[in-house]
Amino acid sequence: MKRNQKILLSGNEAVAKSAIDAGCRFYAGYPITPQNELIGYMAKNMASSGGIFIQSESELSAISMVFGASASGVRAMTSSSSPGISLMQEEISYIAGAELPAVIVNIMRAGPGLGNIWPAQSDYFQAVKGGGQGDYHCIALAPSSVQEAYDLTLEAFVLADKYRIPAIILGDAMLGQMMEPLVANGKNYKPLAISHKPKEWAATGCFGRKPNVVKSFYLNLGDLEKFNLKLQKKYKNIKQKEQRCEALNINDARIILVAYGTMARLAKEAMLSLREKGIKAGLIRPISLWPFPQKIFQRLAISAKRLVFLVIEMSYGQMLEDVKLAVNGRRRVEFLGRSGGGIPTEEEIIKSSLSLLSS
Amino acid sequence: MIERIVIAGFGGQGIMFLGKLIAWAAMRENKFVSFLPAYGAEVRGGTSHCAIVISDKEIASPAFDEIDTLIAMNSPSVLKFIPKLKNGSKLFINASMVNNTPKIKGVKVRLLKFTDIASGLGNARTANMVALGAYLASKKLLSLKNILKLLPEAFKNNKKLQVLNEQAIKAGMNLIK
Repeated sequence: MKRNQKILLSGNEAVAKSAIDAGCRFYAGYPITPQNELIGYMAKNMASSGGIFIQSESELSAISMVFGASASGVRAMTSSSSPGISLMQEEISYIAGAELPAVIVNIMRAGPGLGNIWPAQSDYFQAVKGGGQGDYHCIALAPSSVQEAYDLTLEAFVLADKYRIPAIILGDAMLGQMMEPLVANGKNYKPLAISHKPKEWAATGCFGRKPNVVKSFYLNLGDLEKFNLKLQKKYKNIKQKEQRCEALNINDARIILVAYGTMARLAKEAMLSLREKGIKAGLIRPISLWPFPQKIFQRLAISAKRLVFLVIEMSYGQMLEDVKLAVNGRRRVEFLGRSGGGIPTEEEIIKSSLSLLSS
Repeated sequence: MIERIVIAGFGGQGIMFLGKLIAWAAMRENKFVSFLPAYGAEVRGGTSHCAIVISDKEIASPAFDEIDTLIAMNSPSVLKFIPKLKNGSKLFINASMVNNTPKIKGVKVRLLKFTDIASGLGNARTANMVALGAYLASKKLLSLKNILKLLPEAFKNNKKLQVLNEQAIKAGMNLIK
């Protein structure tokens, strides 16, 4: 394929293609709508790329196989949608506890329970607060376009290896299903030979060297606390270095819309309409949900005198809590959200913004 | 410029293929484009549909409520999507499969026998391409040349299918003259 040539792919396919381009050579997953194109792409292309594809008997075994593959030093991934991701939580905690890199893709549907297959963002808490046991975190990245689904999946593999941490791609059904043009080997593309660099901690067979141990089990009193302190130090470092967001028109803004993923595209459209009406509106789109891009909110909460934040989500207010923590009571933070398959419309966002500014 | 298209019909009428081909052609013409299939629990015998947005600016949402162009290949699609047609929009109806001819204020309705024409060419399944031809000629947003360039890849170099589909597209274009 020619460099910079555009191809038309769905978000699901873009994530899968990106993983293979990133050197992911192990994928296990179990089908679920609305992420089936992802597993379908892997089924079709993983073997011919020299990797292993397994359709597992359940989500539990899929994530367990990813644990095993990653422990042996291979770049590994699984994907599912909300209920399937819930089933994986115990093992994700094990992966975090064993300090293994892995990429987990959640193309969210609406919940709770079996819910339905329409777009939603109601798994935010699960992704950023840790859905499993223990004091751990996963890096969580939220693409808002097919191009970004590709770019951020590459990035997720790099970050996962760099920090030996599970990384989650959090998208919604709209992102997974929609097709858009994508430049797969454009400016952000680096051949990621790093995946085949030996990982000195991996369990690869210890002939002629000391055995490596991959585990998340510390029975002796004191050992686990020591390990947890090490983990916390790592998380602090990631929080310092890896906050990512897109900010538009924020410097003179009186109202800043805050949204992530596909919701941010509608928020951006609303922000631009508000500007056309002469209203000083801005937009912050968190790209890394963990670490949450706190710094920009902290700065604005101190420097901008008259400012209100309007958080917009396809949930009933999950990222809202992180915005409030970052703003820390210094400015007004309001919320607009729908869930269960409903999506806040541009019109609703504009109406909400106008009424906030007049109150 | 922004064009929001819905294509709807029975499963098996090539609705998704037509939608993807339009999106693909728009991409080749360096326009911003999104394609969103209806991926829900669709009912057999009901409608299958997809939504395409073509624009010269970044696209905010691939889903939308107001339609600029509706290509309706069967009766249920006409009923389902008529309420969403915008003032000044275009409606292409497959008259081979739709009997009632709606009159809607502010909507340019074209009743064209896509399936009959396709059958006349030798394969009723190319009705979607006849519809594409009518759309190309009427809306003049995408060029025939670019669509034709995509056919070899779309039909995996099957010459026979390429020729058949090309004929269908041209027959559709001839309907709008």
